[in-house]
Amino acid sequence: MISRKEILETNQMIEKENLDVRTITMGISLLDCIDSDLTKLCANIHRKIVNLAGNLVATGDEIGREYGIPVVNKRISVTPIAIVGAAACKTEDDFVVIAEELDRTAKEVGVNFLGGYSAVVAKGMTTADKLLMRSIPKALAKTERVCSSVNVGSTRTGIDMDAVRIMGEVIRRTAENTKDADSIGCAKLVVFCNAPDDNPFMAGAFHGVTEADAVINVGVSGPGVVKKALESVRGESFEILCETIKKTAFKITRVGQLVAKRASEMLGVPFGIVDLSLAPTPAVGDSVAEILQEIGLEYPGAPGTTAALALLNDQVKKGGVMASSYVGGLSGAFIPVSEDQGMIDAVNAGCLTLEKLEAMTCVCSVGLDMIAIPGDTSASTISGIIADEMAIGMVNQKTTAVRLIPVIGKGVGEQAEFGGLLGYAPIMPVNRFDCSAFVSREGRIPAPIHSFKN
Amino acid sequence: MKKAIITVVGRDCVGIIAKVCTYLADSNINILDISQTIVGGYFNMMMVVDVAETAKNFDTVSTELAEVGTSIGCVIRIQLEDIFDMMHRI
Repeated sequence: MISRKEILETNQMIEKENLDVRTITMGISLLDCIDSDLTKLCANIHRKIVNLAGNLVATGDEIGREYGIPVVNKRISVTPIAIVGAAACKTEDDFVVIAEELDRTAKEVGVNFLGGYSAVVAKGMTTADKLLMRSIPKALAKTERVCSSVNVGSTRTGIDMDAVRIMGEVIRRTAENTKDADSIGCAKLVVFCNAPDDNPFMAGAFHGVTEADAVINVGVSGPGVVKKALESVRGESFEILCETIKKTAFKITRVGQLVAKRASEMLGVPFGIVDLSLAPTPAVGDSVAEILQEIGLEYPGAPGTTAALALLNDQVKKGGVMASSYVGGLSGAFIPVSEDQGMIDAVNAGCLTLEKLEAMTCVCSVGLDMIAIPGDTSASTISGIIADEMAIGMVNQKTTAVRLIPVIGKGVGEQAEFGGLLGYAPIMPVNRFDCSAFVSREGRIPAPIHSFKN
Repeated sequence: MKKAIITVVGRDCVGIIAKVCTYLADSNINILDISQTIVGGYFNMMMVVDVAETAKNFDTVSTELAEVGTSIGCVIRIQLEDIFDMMHRI
């Protein structure tokens, strides 16, 4: 029998510590929608998404009420559109037509984001990949709920530097196209190395070609719960610190597993994975930075931050894998700047720099995430930052990502406002030295030696 | 059997248990266990109930219980037991 203490603990986590199911994301394969006629393709996409995900939002809400836990977002990820649209799209504008169809469909089924306006490049780009990438600035300016991502490298294949160069330009153009809203288009655009096929979190979610026809992936979150648990072990040894994080991560992930199973049953769609990420929001008490502070840092960015984050990320995974047999996606700690009040405070205090964030991405689950940079940052500098981050992912056999927002018309000392879950961000200084001669070299960076495992 | 947990928290007054139990009886929801304490003037009750036999759907029960709560100045929640089992049992 469940004890009073256990009931209180669970409800305390939900009510006071912001424990929630961050997202139920339905992955939908659009491979069987492919047609060489653009109109037919769009009709097929619309029909398939509405058929499978028509009840997604209502089901998510119902599960939330049954268990008394908020299911914050209901979302959809689809097969990378560069593949789906390859036969039908001859121009960039053709791809934009698909983006608009996806946006309309997302609104119709009521999901707040739909991911998969993506190209998965690692070694080389197809004509369709290039067209889609170049269409991104227009697509993101014309749509509201569509999220885009481009994979440009992997440990197995190296980094396609041509794609990296294009993405520097694409990010700048996306920023310019949405400059009236502090370049918010860039908040919906991620560049990846080793992108996972089953990530439920936006903006980088897409439904990889290795996946089944449809699948339910769930992302749980609860940085506030970990923070609270650590308050009770202040001054204790690393062993006790790690045990506490592991136990908490276990509990959080079990809730995700429960919700994922239930959603899968109710929707008649197979369960894929639970992503056990600590994903912060701008709300007070929902911050990864506060966990790092509780571990013993004045602010994230102080000496010791990388070690503390490595410890946190590893314990979260160790606790989580015990709680679910199918753990996937990004799984770990997210360190977005704009979506985490503690990170924003650290930047404003002068403690956290872009270079330190880059070091932190070596040991956490994603990368340079939601970082506002000056609007006059050049495309080649953005490409240089992307290349650095991709190299970290490639060499360390991990996923890395870049979501930078060059805020047009604003500079260091000013602030970008995105609103809602995306939060706000102080604009961070970028190293001003030139890397254009490096970035303009053509071709790719070869795969690292440890990729040859055959 | 489909077990759910009801929690009632609020300022103590006459008839809280009676009101909640009357609603449950009228809805054909069987009570399996009750524990109740008063901490600092605050009423704190937990019940384990079986919702398998009720004709009402879970959403309705949840909404109506919340309304009963409002009428007596308490917060009443009902949650399926699985969430506690999953979180606290291996």
